[in-house]
Formats: sequence, C-alpha cells, structure tokens
Amino acid sequence: MGLESRIPAGPLAEKWDRHLFELKLVNPANKRKFDIIVVGTGLAGAAASASMAELGYNVKTFCIQDSPRRAHSIAAQGGINAAKNYSNDGDSIWRLFYDTIKGGDYRAREANVYRLAQVSNLIIDHCVAQGVPFARDYGGLLSNRSFGGAQVSRTFYARGQTGQQLLLGAYSSLSRQAAAGKVRLYARRDMLDLVVVDGQARGIVVRNLVNGDIETYAADAVVLATGGYGNVFYLSTNAMACNVTACFQAYKKGAFFANPCFTQIHPTCIPVHGDYQSKLTLMSESLRNDGRVWVPQTPGDKRAPGQIPEAGRDYFLENKYPSFGNLVPRDVASRNAKEQCDQGKGVGETGLAVYLDFADAIQRDGREVISQKYGNLFEMYAKITGQDPYETPMMIYPAVHYTMGGLWVDYNLMSTIPGLFVTGEANFSDHGANRLGASALMQGLADGYFIIPYTIGGYLTGGGYKKITTDHPEFKAAAGAVASRIQRLLAVKGKRTADDFHRSLGKIMWEYCGMARNNAGLLNAREKIAALRSEFWDNLLVPSTGAQFNQSLEKAGRVADFLEFGELMIIDALARQESCGGHFNEAFQTEENEARRDDENFTHVAAWEFAGEGQAPVFHKEPLVFENVKLSQRSYK
Amino acid sequence: MTTAKTIHLTLKVVRQTGPDQKSNLETYAARNVSTDMSFLEMLDVVNEDLTLAGQDPIAFDHDCREGICGMCGAVVNGRPHGPQEGTTLCQLHMRHFEDGDEVVIEPWRSRAFKVIKDLVVDRGAFDQIIQAGGYISINTGGAPDANSLPVPKEMADQAMDAAACIGCGACVAACPNASAMLFTGAKISQLALLPQGRPEAKRRAAAMVAAMDKLGFGNCTNERECEAVCPKNISIVHIARMNREFLKAGFF
Ligand SMILES: Cc1cc2nc3c(=O)[nH]c(=O)nc-3n(C[C@H](O)[C@H](O)[C@H](O)COP(=O)(O)OP(=O)(O)OC[C@H]3O[C@@H](n4cnc5c(N)ncnc54)[C@H](O)[C@@H]3O)c2cc1C
Ligand code: FES
Repeated sequence: MGLESRIPAGPLAEKWDRHLFELKLVNPANKRKFDIIVVGTGLAGAAASASMAELGYNVKTFCIQDSPRRAHSIAAQGGINAAKNYSNDGDSIWRLFYDTIKGGDYRAREANVYRLAQVSNLIIDHCVAQGVPFARDYGGLLSNRSFGGAQVSRTFYARGQTGQQLLLGAYSSLSRQAAAGKVRLYARRDMLDLVVVDGQARGIVVRNLVNGDIETYAADAVVLATGGYGNVFYLSTNAMACNVTACFQAYKKGAFFANPCFTQIHPTCIPVHGDYQSKLTLMSESLRNDGRVWVPQTPGDKRAPGQIPEAGRDYFLENKYPSFGNLVPRDVASRNAKEQCDQGKGVGETGLAVYLDFADAIQRDGREVISQKYGNLFEMYAKITGQDPYETPMMIYPAVHYTMGGLWVDYNLMSTIPGLFVTGEANFSDHGANRLGASALMQGLADGYFIIPYTIGGYLTGGGYKKITTDHPEFKAAAGAVASRIQRLLAVKGKRTADDFHRSLGKIMWEYCGMARNNAGLLNAREKIAALRSEFWDNLLVPSTGAQFNQSLEKAGRVADFLEFGELMIIDALARQESCGGHFNEAFQTEENEARRDDENFTHVAAWEFAGEGQAPVFHKEPLVFENVKLSQRSYK
Repeated sequence: MTTAKTIHLTLKVVRQTGPDQKSNLETYAARNVSTDMSFLEMLDVVNEDLTLAGQDPIAFDHDCREGICGMCGAVVNGRPHGPQEGTTLCQLHMRHFEDGDEVVIEPWRSRAFKVIKDLVVDRGAFDQIIQAGGYISINTGGAPDANSLPVPKEMADQAMDAAACIGCGACVAACPNASAMLFTGAKISQLALLPQGRPEAKRRAAAMVAAMDKLGFGNCTNERECEAVCPKNISIVHIARMNREFLKAGFF
C-alpha cells in the first residue's frame, strides 16, 4: 500500500480554499442519513462531534471519563496560538506557519501546517462567541502573551486554565447537540478495537467500564480523537487514563503509525520526588516569559539559592541563546537542563533540577502583577512542594509531555484505513519533530471545528459501501477477540500488578528512548522490553473479574498495549539515523550540541505498518517536499 | 502541617461492591506514608498492597491529578476533598496529616449521585443540567472577529471566576439539601456576565433551574457549605446572580 498524502495542487496559500471547493458536498437532507462515531471528547473530539452534528450528521461520541468535560485537554494551562496580529508586532499567517515548520525541525508537511495557521484565527473568533472568558486588557480587547519558539506575542489565554476554558466551550457546544438529539454520548467506555468491514472502518468495540459489558457500535465513518501516548513513559504530565490503546488497535487493523519516536520532553515540570510518584506536574511554559532559568556556576554548590550571588549563577539559556534567551523551544531548553545536571550543576535533593527564578520579575513588576499572571500556577507549585515561589526560586526538570507521532493521516485527516479519521494529538500531522507551545490546542480545535467537518463529507459522498449493523460477522468476531483478551489478562494470576509493570516499562523508555538516545541503548531497550512483555503475560496480577467496574483490568489492558507499542517507538528511533527536534541521537549533533539533521536521507515521515504478531513492522516512507521554506539549521542564538 | 518525613495512618473506608449493594466500613493500616505523597498516591500504595494480598483494591475516580479535571473527590473526615481549603483531593498532600491520624473516607452522597463502586459515584446529572441550557447557541463558522465586541476587563475576570468550576460535585456533597445551586449558578453567571451570553440569559436560567429540580437536587437554604468546600473557591455571589436571572425569566 502506498502513502498518498492527497495534498492539493496550487500555491500554498490557496490549497485549502481550492480543496474546500473541490470536495464534494453532502446534501443537507442526506447528512442525517450518515452515522459517525467519534472516540474522544478532548478538544479534537468534542469540537468534531459538535460541528458535525450542527451540520446534520448523527454522531455517537465516546469517552473514558464519567463526563466528556474531563478529557485531558482540560489540563492545558498556557494558551492557544493564533495569527491575529492583535499585538501589532508583525505577526501573520505566514509567520505562524514558518515558526511552526521551523520549530518542528522541518519534519512536518508544509500544506498541513499552512492550513493550521490559516484557520487559527477562526478558532479564536468561535471560542469568544461561545463564551470562553479569555484574558482581556483594560480596553476590553483580548490580551496576548509570548511562548517559546516565537518572537511575537500571539498566545491567547484564560489565566492558567486555557485548556479548561476551551474544552468547556467545546463541551457546551457538544451538550447543545446532545440536547438536540444529534449527538448520543457514551461516557465510561473504553474503546478496545476497531471494526473493519470490506477494508473500511465501520465501527468499534468498547468495554462499558461500569458493568464490564462488551458493546459494539456501527457507523459510516469513525473518528479517533483519543489523545497522545506519553504515558508509555509511565511518568509524564499526561492524565492517568491517557493511553495508546485505541490507536494501537487501529494500527493492528491496518492504520499506519507515523513517527512514533517523536515525543516531547517539556522543560518546566516539577521534579520527581519519590518511587510512589504517579505523575508529573507541568508548570506552564508561559512562566519562562518572566522566570529566569539558572544553576550554580560551580558543580556541587549546595548553598541555598538566596545565598548564591549573581556572579555564582549560570543563566545558561540567556548566555547561550542571547536572542531567544529563556524562550528557546522546548527540546532545546530541556536538553540544556539535562546537560547542566549531567555536569553536576543540578540543584535540589536529587540534583535533577534547575532553578526558575522570579525574583527579578517581582522586583520589576511587583508581586501583584506576577500573581495576576501566574497566581494559580504558583499556588499549585506551593501545594505540591510545600515551597513558596514568591520567596524562593522554583525547581524544575524536564518531563515527557506530548507526542508528535501518531496515526498517519492524509491531508483530509484520513488514515490508511478508508473511513478512519484521526484528529488532535492522536494523529501525527502538524508538529514535525517538535511541537511549539500553545499549538496543540490550536491543532485540536482546527481539526475538530474547521477541517474534519468538511473532509469527512468528501469521503461519505464517495459511497461505495452498504449500510450495515452490528449483526455483521466482523462485529461478532471483534467483540469475541476483545472478550478473550480480557479473559487472558485475568487468567494469568501472577504476582505483579499492571502498575508495577508499567513503572518498569517507563524506566526503560525514559532511560533509553527519552531526552537523548543512542543506538546501543536503543538495542538494549528493545531486548529489555521484550523480556518485560513476556514476564507480563506470565506474572500479571489482575484482581476480581471482568464483569464489573474494575480499574485494575482497565489499566492492565493499557499496559499490555504500551508494552508492544514501546518497541515500535524504539524501532522507529533506530531507523531514524539523525537527530531532529525531540529525537536526539547522540551520534548526530553539531559542535554546539544541537540536533544535527540529515536532510538528504531523512526528510520524510516514517510510517509503520503492522505485519502480524511477532513480526517486524513494515517501513513506509512519505517524502516531505519543501517548496516554500528553506531548510536550515535551527538557530535560536 | 507535619514536618515528619513519614507517618502511619489508620484508614476507615466506606466500601460498596456495586450500585444496589449495601455499604460497609473497612479498616486498613497505611504505614510509612511519605508526607510528600498526594492523598491519591497514598491510596495507590494501599491499593497495591491490597491487590498483592488478594483483596479488591479501593475504587476511586481520578484522572488529571492536577486539580483541574474534577474527576476525583471523596469525603475525608467529614469534609469533601479533605481538610485543606481550596484544594481537590488529588492536590491534597499527606503533610497535612499527623502521625497516628485516623482518616475516614466516604463517597459523595446525594440523591442525584448514585454510588457505582466504593468511592466512585455517577455525576451524570451535572451533564444533564448543562445540556438543559449551559451554552451559547451558536454554530461553528459564523462568529464575528473576536475583537469586534470589547468586554470590560472586570466582567471578563468575573466570568472567569465563575467559569473556573471543575464540576467535581463537592458542593452537592457538602450541602445539607444536596443542592446543585453553586454548580448551576456558576455556569449561568459566567454566561450572563458576557455580552455574548446575554441574549439567552433568561431562557438559560429558567431551563437549567428546572433541570436541576427535576434531577432530584435540593433547594438552597443559604447554608454556604458549598462555597466553603469548593476546591476552586467559587463564590455564592454566583447563586445570587442566578436567582436574579431566574426572577427576570419569570417576569418578562
Ligand atoms: C499538563 C499539560 C498542559 C498543556 N498545556 C498546553 C497549552 O498550554 N497549550 C497547548 O496548545 N497545548 C497544551 N498541552 C497539550 C494539549 O493539551 C493536548 O495535546 C491536547 O489537549 C490533546 O487534545 P486531544 O483532543 O487530542 O486529546 P485529549 O484531550 O487527550 O482527549 C482524549 C479523549 O479520548 C478519550 N479516549 C482516549 N482513549 C480512549 C479509549 N481507548 N476509548 C474511549 N475513549 C478514549 C478520552 O476519554 C478523552 O476524551 C498541554 C498538555 C498537558 C499534559
Ligand atoms: S484528579 Fe483531576 S481534579 Fe483531581
């Protein structure tokens, strides 16, 4: 099977409009004849469900949590980008496009990223109309802040709760459609398989998390908006239920997985403090607008931060990157923090932390101003660590945060399985090898509100398939396979919990496939994962039965998939013999320790095809063609 | 706040195997609890031990563990989300307990929230209240430029104060009447404060209040328990604003 990206012809700035015109329209009266399944109610899923229902489609929407409003998007703090140029600082669609392509280290599709920048402005208009209470200036107009990787102020925000407010906006539109009977909501459902009939995605198998029932649902198309797989590392900033299961099962049914090794390590998280730790907490990147990152000059300097005079401090980002300073992109900031700690200059009990200091900002702007901007983040930090960031610098360390990789999709956001669409963090499309801050919310909402509602129509009018119901044998077969896998998990009756296995897997992934990678380590990790996986199926302990609410069983299923998926990440990392963005192979770096790309051999998307249990996946290549930007070594100096 | 690094606790947990089963109080020892742990991490450790001992772990809802998704929550020593003001259970840290403490943990109890298992309850009624009118009726696509309608900063800030609600249900659990006024009032208030939400303000208030009554939530008798336990410090001024909108709805 070849990879057809279906990028429209014509000049970059006209591609989307032209495509919109060329897409076949579904007659309004016919839209109500189509059923669409959407899995996920984060920004990407809730926006897609609401907008498609508004157009007249019948939508069935699923999520794991007890309410659609709790999807992981709720936790996004910092903001959402748009090319409004309200700050009059020279921003434009072109600049947002360019920053995103460059920030992604030239490993994303030009056409997709340009479209993203184009629709970014519509998102802000729509969200304001929904009642999202964005921050405003005294004149009553919207206020902006800066984020990493950009020299303009284009980030819209609602205190430190931007994701919450955007999601509640999308959830309110979703609720309106639920009340209108156009969306049926299925909460506390875990999608465990995709049903493919005659080569087309036609439905899903879910486990009802309340009573354990295995249920099947049929439709004319399926949209996965199931978020990212950062929890393969066990510790990450993701919510506990974030998983790869829905995407991974789709992969096993024929959807290619693109660039799985592209993961983002966020520079500003609260450092790890103990073995029992269940997750890591992000401190929004917006803090780098005013906080200064530093470590002691001398390795091993154990003095309290207040006791270290200016001359004894190394503001390493400001010193090394004078033009971007503390606002370099995430991958660069993270690697530099690690480098300082590797040199013994890390601070705190474990030596795995750097300072993020607000003393200068407080002195300059006053405590009041700083508290208005970051009050809730400071509070959260104080709650978790018991320390007051107004008085003493925060301690931060990088943590896994976002996954740029995901299911491969074409320009229409359709995967390699016809009728299976993928939106939001679950697809691979727009961020290349590194995502810029405040652009995931933008992408999720762009996909959901402004892209999929049109492109899915183009597919549905193509026709060529019959109406089917869940009585079709493929549904029975898929449900049977899901049930027997659950039995298999319960039947092991060993001595280690799923959590325990997950923690071991996370350590392997972080050690060998984290911030810096090398071939020997990756090969080693591959063996370790294989060994852990076989122990899992021999020694897993899942209490109780499947016919009831059983959180240990939910978890075990997710860990089983992570144990296979982790290996795919390693395979991908090994195949990409270059460094780019978040994928840093130590063998490929510049003299200044920056990622050194190999554009001649690796200007492509790596898309992996499942080849059967125990078989090596098959590699497919989508070459990336840059007609509008010149590939250059990223420089933030 | 304790300064000890580890403490020992006795947990008394209300257990219930399913929706229509009887509940009973079980006692567990939580030993060597690090005071840097969150309350949920403490429960994780207890659950790991229970599982290895062949028992059913304590079911509890949680997801973000950052105080924002509203998924977690239990009544701890009589108070929803535990002793720390303005804090969800997932953000409560064990340094707020003392060595030797007895900690009683119960699910949210309310007519409108049925227990699913142990500490897990069904809060679907909240979704239904929002479906009754907690939105602005616009479709994707037709919005004017975001800056075409200035909104005074104070209004936007107050709307944000109300919008900070995480829908956890602590307000209902704390209220002697199991009223959902704070939850409902916060949404009505947020949308009534913004010019975009004004056109539907009356209709929205009437519909949401009616849904709340129908779903079995009680009335507000000004006990203010909701405000006291709200992890996001949502103020009862929003209930007052809801009442104003509701009255307007009755008299137009
Ligand atoms: C702490 C934090 C802060 C962030 N801050 C920012 C920020 O400031 N700006 C920015 O742009 N980005 C930010 N991000 C990134 C951004 O929040 C996410 O990338 C984005 O919200 C993902 O949205 P989504 O809709 O794709 O998926 P999610 O919001 O993760 O939603 C996934 C949905 O899928 C459902 N689901 C998953 N698996 C299954 C299954 N098997 N069965 C059924 N349902 C399933 C879930 O229930 C959920 O409803 C942040 C991320 C984190 C972790
Ligand atoms: S787990 Fe999300 S608020 Fe507590």
